[in-house]
Amino acid sequence: MNSLTKTETIEKTTKPELKEKMSVKYLCAYFGDVQALSTVSMSIYKKRVLAIIGPSGCGKSTFIRCLNRMHEVVGGEYVGEIKLDDVDIKKFNSVILRRKVGMVFQKPNPFPTMSVFDNVVAGLKLNGFRNKSKLKEIAEDCLKKVALWDEVKDSLNKAGTSLSGGQQQRLCIARTIAVEPEVILMDEPASALDPISTAKIEELIFDLRKNYTIVIVTHNMQQAARVSDFTAFLYMGKLVEYNKTKKLFISPTEKRTEDYIAGRFG
Amino acid sequence: MEEYNSTKYKWRIRKSNIAVMFAVLSALLVLIPLFLILFYTVQQGISSINWDFFTQMPKPVGETGGGMANALVGSAILVLLGSALGIPVGVMSGIYLSEESDSFLPKSIRFLVEVLNGTPSIVIGIVAYITFVVPMKSFSALSGGIALGIIMIPLITRTTEEMVRLVPSTVREASFGLGIPKWKTTLHVILPAAMKGMLTGIILSIARAAGETAPLLFTALGNRFWSTNLDQPIASITVFIYDYAKAPFDDWNRQAWAASLVLIVFVTTLNVIFKIISRKRK
Ligand SMILES: Nc1ncnc2c1ncn2[C@@H]1O[C@H](COP(=O)(O)OP(=O)(O)OP(=O)(O)O)[C@@H](O)[C@H]1O
Ligand SMILES: [Mg+2]
Repeated sequence: MNSLTKTETIEKTTKPELKEKMSVKYLCAYFGDVQALSTVSMSIYKKRVLAIIGPSGCGKSTFIRCLNRMHEVVGGEYVGEIKLDDVDIKKFNSVILRRKVGMVFQKPNPFPTMSVFDNVVAGLKLNGFRNKSKLKEIAEDCLKKVALWDEVKDSLNKAGTSLSGGQQQRLCIARTIAVEPEVILMDEPASALDPISTAKIEELIFDLRKNYTIVIVTHNMQQAARVSDFTAFLYMGKLVEYNKTKKLFISPTEKRTEDYIAGRFG
Repeated sequence: MEEYNSTKYKWRIRKSNIAVMFAVLSALLVLIPLFLILFYTVQQGISSINWDFFTQMPKPVGETGGGMANALVGSAILVLLGSALGIPVGVMSGIYLSEESDSFLPKSIRFLVEVLNGTPSIVIGIVAYITFVVPMKSFSALSGGIALGIIMIPLITRTTEEMVRLVPSTVREASFGLGIPKWKTTLHVILPAAMKGMLTGIILSIARAAGETAPLLFTALGNRFWSTNLDQPIASITVFIYDYAKAPFDDWNRQAWAASLVLIVFVTTLNVIFKIISRKRK
């Protein structure tokens, strides 16, 4: 519950344009009888990057998968309240919600039977958008946004899976932004990538933040510190600390946060 | 280093060699019947294979020559009928089973599919006879096609279910994550990814149906005359082989061999075509 009071202090101390995009209140998430999250509350601010850190198994993936109701795809359930623009996400059709709250996964997962081009526009095409020249425009635009255009512009018809791991992950991000979500969830998007590809993804996140609200799960402290505006530290299914990234890394208020950041456990 | 010259080590090598030898021998043993089949069918049947064999009708008893044009067309019709029933039902039930895994209904359906798969084809023939031939008061192509379709269903259901399950769940999640509805995800994302494996199942089931005789004896019956009527008895290659092989005429026996050869070549061709297609798609 102290997390809520913390959120309030942030609201007072930050710039006025800080607007709440999503809010999570007393979120408890379950896999059958297993409880993965207990009473997690936090705000997710518009056009800011929120990093979720914490040791393996603490519920990071579960948390972000609740945000676009992906949690229910694997049979999970949650109680508590999650709102998008002040509307309970349970009021949305899950399909519509996921167009607004897009997701990038840990392992690059381009559609195996589709070309690079078809992968980028898959979300649009499969939802009935057929205008060919417009699709081409969008594909080029999205691939440029993820800095992949120059690398693939001559091989748009090659299989998406024929790209390198880093390219595939940027392709998956392009695919996600092609449906113009408002929020993008990323679950360790760079953990399967080499340092150069990782740097590219981080740069990309920095650019995307101008137009999108981003929640990123990461195991990498430096990465969290580099790309995020806010950081939440989860431990054993509970929110231990939530603050501006600088504040959380430089002067954490909780002992456990400090220990984790210093690499003393986790 | 010493160890490698020890008698223990040598003994182990010898044991390994013996095991390998048995493995190779067993593999050869498997090949022997295959070669015998190919050898005999070619040796006995090749002399009867000519243009007439494919284009002529059977000759009356006592005359030599003639062909099995009606049986070829009949088999094609029967397999088409079987496919028209077996492929859609098999594919759709396979998709259903792969999507719904743990509740009572899919579990019992899966069990029934297993039972159906193990049911001898002659039993399926008898059931088709009682439910279609008796009420219609006539043997018919339609009842034969239905019997073949029922034989194809469990094969296609099983491969479809397995192949759809093999598509990584990450692919499905990627699609859901883009706000693509479940049915479109299945139709446009999962099925294309599983298509190759499903095609194998479908092709194998067609090959199986084309080679069935027992269920056709009770349903399509066979016909020495030209017929493409679905409500009339119809000829087929397998029943042609069955009739001609037990007939007391050398010429007919040779034609039975020839028809067997045609059937083997057809089934092999199906497999080769499939291999070529699947290699191209890579
Ligand atoms: N499908 C599932 N069924 C049952 N329990 C699960 C399932 N997925 C996760 N859990 C449990 O929920 C808890 C949180 O898992 P989660 O995947 O959210 O952790 P995480 O913080 O993302 O870990 P990691 O950093 O290793 O990805 C874990 O204790 C895990 O065992
Ligand atoms: Mg995780």
